[in-house]
Amino acid sequence: MGERVVSGVSRRARSGAVGALVAAAAAAVISLLAISSPAAAQDDNGEIKGSLSAKDAEGTKFPVPDVVFIISDESGNEVATGSTNEEGDWSVSVPVGTYSVLLDVSTLPAGVDLRNPDKNPAQVVIDTPGKSKGALFPLGEAAVSEVTAIEWVQLLVDGLKLGLLLAMCSIGLSLIYGTTGLTNFAHGEMVTFGAMMAFLFHVTGVFGWQSSLIVAALFVIVITGLAGGLFNQFVWRPLRRRGVSLIAALVVSIGFSIFLRYVMLYRFGGRAGFYRDYRIQEKWDFVWFTIAPKDIVIMVLSVLILLGVGSALQFTRIGKAMRAVSDNRDLAESSGIDVERVIRWVWVSGSALAGLGGVMFGVTESIGWEMGFRTLLLMFAGVTLGGLGTAYGALFGSIIVGLFIQMSTLVIPTDMKNVGALVMLVVILLVRPQGLLGRKDRIG
Amino acid sequence: MDWGAIIENTTRGLIGEQFIYFGLAALGLNIHFGYTGLLNLGQAVFMAAGAYGLSMSVVTLGLNFWWGLLLGVIVFPLILAAIMGVPTLRLRADYLAIVTIAASEMFRIVARSPSLDRWTGSSDGLTGFATTFYDLSPYDKQERYFFDLFIGNQMWVVTVGWIALVIVILISLLLMKSPWGRVLKAIREDEDAARSLGKNAYWYKMQALMIGGVFGAMGGMLRAIGTQSAQPQNFITDVTFFAWVALILGGAAKVLGPIAGAAVLYAILSFTDVALRQGVDNGHIPEWLMTGTQVGQVRFMLIGLGLILLAAFRPQGIFGNKEEMALDDR
Repeated sequence: MGERVVSGVSRRARSGAVGALVAAAAAAVISLLAISSPAAAQDDNGEIKGSLSAKDAEGTKFPVPDVVFIISDESGNEVATGSTNEEGDWSVSVPVGTYSVLLDVSTLPAGVDLRNPDKNPAQVVIDTPGKSKGALFPLGEAAVSEVTAIEWVQLLVDGLKLGLLLAMCSIGLSLIYGTTGLTNFAHGEMVTFGAMMAFLFHVTGVFGWQSSLIVAALFVIVITGLAGGLFNQFVWRPLRRRGVSLIAALVVSIGFSIFLRYVMLYRFGGRAGFYRDYRIQEKWDFVWFTIAPKDIVIMVLSVLILLGVGSALQFTRIGKAMRAVSDNRDLAESSGIDVERVIRWVWVSGSALAGLGGVMFGVTESIGWEMGFRTLLLMFAGVTLGGLGTAYGALFGSIIVGLFIQMSTLVIPTDMKNVGALVMLVVILLVRPQGLLGRKDRIG
Repeated sequence: MDWGAIIENTTRGLIGEQFIYFGLAALGLNIHFGYTGLLNLGQAVFMAAGAYGLSMSVVTLGLNFWWGLLLGVIVFPLILAAIMGVPTLRLRADYLAIVTIAASEMFRIVARSPSLDRWTGSSDGLTGFATTFYDLSPYDKQERYFFDLFIGNQMWVVTVGWIALVIVILISLLLMKSPWGRVLKAIREDEDAARSLGKNAYWYKMQALMIGGVFGAMGGMLRAIGTQSAQPQNFITDVTFFAWVALILGGAAKVLGPIAGAAVLYAILSFTDVALRQGVDNGHIPEWLMTGTQVGQVRFMLIGLGLILLAAFRPQGIFGNKEEMALDDR
């Protein structure tokens, strides 16, 4: 295990690295402070809450997670949103007043419907501060006969969507590993950072100007790409020059992951956020499955982007150089490739893809401070399956993992679906540790 | 500023329950990482194995406390170590890292899942398994002990915790002086060389993972007993890194390193926690900058910063020896 990130230890670089690390941490804090925190719970607020559960075919009650509620005041302005957690509970804090609570029907799982659709939205009056009022939405299986979706086809489509997004996020993870040997545990935070930056431009507004989500997404690509480049320039490059071991670098990346995650929690709060645009959409019915138009757009977009990335890796100079450095760093260096330049581009493009992936996750699901970290573990499963350090491996592996996660809900409870992917990770390491497209000499 | 409360809390951090729980976990990590070079990022799961091993045996299965103790400290962690070790210990160090951190996430999902509520109590966790333990307490529940720092039941947890710490330290010392310990260090330095001398590196690494896991389980079980509940929230992924910072801060591959690290770490964390909380309450810190709920998040940021700075600039920690350092020069 005598490997180094880069050979050539320089003591001079040490003091520079200290300054750079501190500066990088400070820059991260400052940029994150710009994200507005939601109105902190004030003492004169009341609470609207509820709990959602449905019954399955055998009559057993089960909680319904990830259902979105939209709370508007009397003049119809939206004041808050909430979503049910894994136990089916939700709550939002609002000032005293009269509210209408709308359950977003499109977020209900297939086969579950409101028993009284005409009582949606519900009226809730909060008359005294500190009081909590319930908003009840009984769910029934009234419309089961109308559902034509075939469960496994629906899951296949959902899984493909998840897999495509995972693939977009994980290409950077795999290429960073391939070119520098670093297992970057902070990659998930780039996903969260992207989603939150879009929230900043799109929902919070900058200098009073709220951009549309598409414009915000373009900003995010630039910002996360830049952030990735700076992260490499001021943190990882100095560490490589000092000859810090791979293990130490891995621990540093974990430190960044925790630090950045909690800075984002600090600014954003622990609740789930949603973008304004494209939130509630009637799902299109394709007989075998239903899908919201935004999800179709996201799937098409991500396929196009992944095709673009694939052809860039295959045909452009820098793409070929990336694959060459991933494949054999020393050989690439001695044949005249500027390795540091390749690494810089890997960081920039990988981070931009992860940030954009974060925005897309935010559109189809919700935005939260832990979203990236949760995704990171699924990315690891995908990248390990495909072969750590390969670009195409990350792509295929992630899509398989996405499909596997959704399809596994046929047998295991939905709230435990991610466990399936993590079990798969362990099984891959037992059976074929180098992954589908990886090489054996990397793993021992 | 109420300096009395600040000093009291800092002292409690230095020698109290939190220090004991994480000191034990860090001693386990020291066997894993300090001596064997295993990158275990799932020490929280071993802690959870101790906590849930005891509480599930007593509450869910209805066994008595002593069976729970045996299952939680020995059986659960050994099974866990085997599950995590078999696929990864033949591979590069970062694969164990990925699998152990994935195990933490799996634990969180499974322990919080309402569909397993009957067995695990889901996110509320399990309570009412520690009565036998507190019945044995020689201390008066109402009294305060040890310079008025701990009330009766707390003092009992701290006493048992210190006994456990001393036992674990002695075991570590004896193990690391033995030929077995020297093989571990040889594997850390050069696994191929150890193998070429006929040592079964895989099996030695597995044993190290198991023993360190047992130490971690002791910490976790004490934490469950001390808080009188086993909750998933107390064993999330980030908990592991409190033990990691304690280990690196004190100095890996020194038997007393992690203990010193845990004491210093919890003194610092308790100090900042109380100081910030008082600042917020007295209005010294404006509300736009920090609210009461945000104080609790600062300690996680400190843990993150601690990992970054220690790993990058002082991997041998306070007392460690740079020559014998698993984090660098490998």
